[in-house]
Amino acid sequence: MNRFVEQLVNDNNPANLEEVGYASNGMHFELASGNNPAAFTEQFTDVKSEKDARIKIAHGTTTLAFKFKEGVIVATDSRATMGNVISSQSVKKVIEINPYLLGTMAGGAADCSFWERVLGMECRLYELRNKKRISVAAASKLLSNLVYRYKGMGLSMGTMVAGWDGKGPGLYYVDSDGERLCNDLFSVGSGSTFAYGVLDSHYRYDMSVDEAKDLARRAIYHATHRDAFSGGVVRMYWVNQNGWVAYPLEDVGQLYYEYHPEIQLTNAVDSPLNATA
Amino acid sequence: MNFAEMHQPEFAQAPATERHSHGRWEPYVDNGGTSLAIAGSDYVVVASDARQSNGYIINSRYSPKAFQLTNNVILATSGYAADAKRLVEVLEQNSQMYFHKHEKPMSTTATAQMLSNTLYGRRFFPYYVFPILAGLDTEGRGAVFAYDPVGNMERVVYRAFGSAAALVQPFLDSAVGFKNQRNADATRLLDREQALKIAIDAFTGAAERDIHTGDWLDIYIVDGNGVQHQKRELKHD
Repeated sequence: MNRFVEQLVNDNNPANLEEVGYASNGMHFELASGNNPAAFTEQFTDVKSEKDARIKIAHGTTTLAFKFKEGVIVATDSRATMGNVISSQSVKKVIEINPYLLGTMAGGAADCSFWERVLGMECRLYELRNKKRISVAAASKLLSNLVYRYKGMGLSMGTMVAGWDGKGPGLYYVDSDGERLCNDLFSVGSGSTFAYGVLDSHYRYDMSVDEAKDLARRAIYHATHRDAFSGGVVRMYWVNQNGWVAYPLEDVGQLYYEYHPEIQLTNAVDSPLNATA
Repeated sequence: MNFAEMHQPEFAQAPATERHSHGRWEPYVDNGGTSLAIAGSDYVVVASDARQSNGYIINSRYSPKAFQLTNNVILATSGYAADAKRLVEVLEQNSQMYFHKHEKPMSTTATAQMLSNTLYGRRFFPYYVFPILAGLDTEGRGAVFAYDPVGNMERVVYRAFGSAAALVQPFLDSAVGFKNQRNADATRLLDREQALKIAIDAFTGAAERDIHTGDWLDIYIVDGNGVQHQKRELKHD
């Protein structure tokens, strides 16, 4: 029997939070003692920089993806913040689930990478059981079902699942509230409003690959420019019928001078250790 | 048991106990202290101070927070010392189980993924620890992995965590990462002596300005010959 059907059949009381600690898929999460472990997690963890909780969880922030006539473009920034501190400028917010499926990371970084890793395993098991690749629709629904079991426990995940299947390009938005949407264009994260501004004004379905890459780069760049929680490098992928292709990283600090040629770099410091080059 | 069940991670659950009727249950303490690691082409340097404090009270002047997990993997911690101690116990047990099961030591990258999974297993009751894992990868290059308390993992060249992270990380960004410097090769790796000197300088600086960092400095250097440990003095006041 399929394991997900098994879960639905065997799990008598999925609403009981104590039961979630012993999920019937074999994953056990240790919970705090007390009547309301979910409230405990809420009290001490801060996934969104909204409160002054002790445990600040790294979270990420401008991601976008859109379908066009040649496939799907996925692009992200690379900044992670914990509270107001930049904890990393080199995060991989595009998660390579397998050679033809990509997931993106927004919200809790650990939540996204852990559950998309579980999703990668589930997709491989699907291939072994059914002797064919999983569709993007089915993969995104597996992820949606996985995290829905933990609704109300404080998971934070806003992801886009992009890929190519029998129906052509596929793009779904899945989040930790249980939302799952199919559309041609999504952007997720604190910088998404700025990215949408650029995307909505220039998006066309019949773009060439180069035009699509330019649009995605420009949207991420403008998001990093206006959103303090976004920055680092532009990471870009193109999904076509042969799977995904990764492009070289582009530093948004360099893009600034390309998009604003009237501004010249004036006050950078020479390297004290390596100034000869 | 089917194939899928066998490959699912297993996590234990704490026994449910009565909540205390008086006062709020405070499961976490910030014990201060700072840890850093710098990777090179064939070595890795790990440094942690050994002061343990609670607020303005110093509990211990030598309570190490960098631990040798296996023959060539070092775990440097900061945050809550009790959680760090438990985390190290769990990791040591699991890597020993791996050694006996597979008759080979766990690789650095496998240990790194195991640490991520161990942390995420406590997603709803996290270890209040900011771990840095350091060792050599299968090609013999220095490898540093940095984590948040719930297991988000990133392989980096250098990282500082802890009470003086906001002082030390920008220093490393300049001295190790050559960030925002014209004509600098940001991909260049330091040689061993440079990295060791920068690690020591970072801590003398941190001990000068951070009240939670000081007393003693534990340094581990991992290379092809194994692990070398040294203990140096920092300011004691």
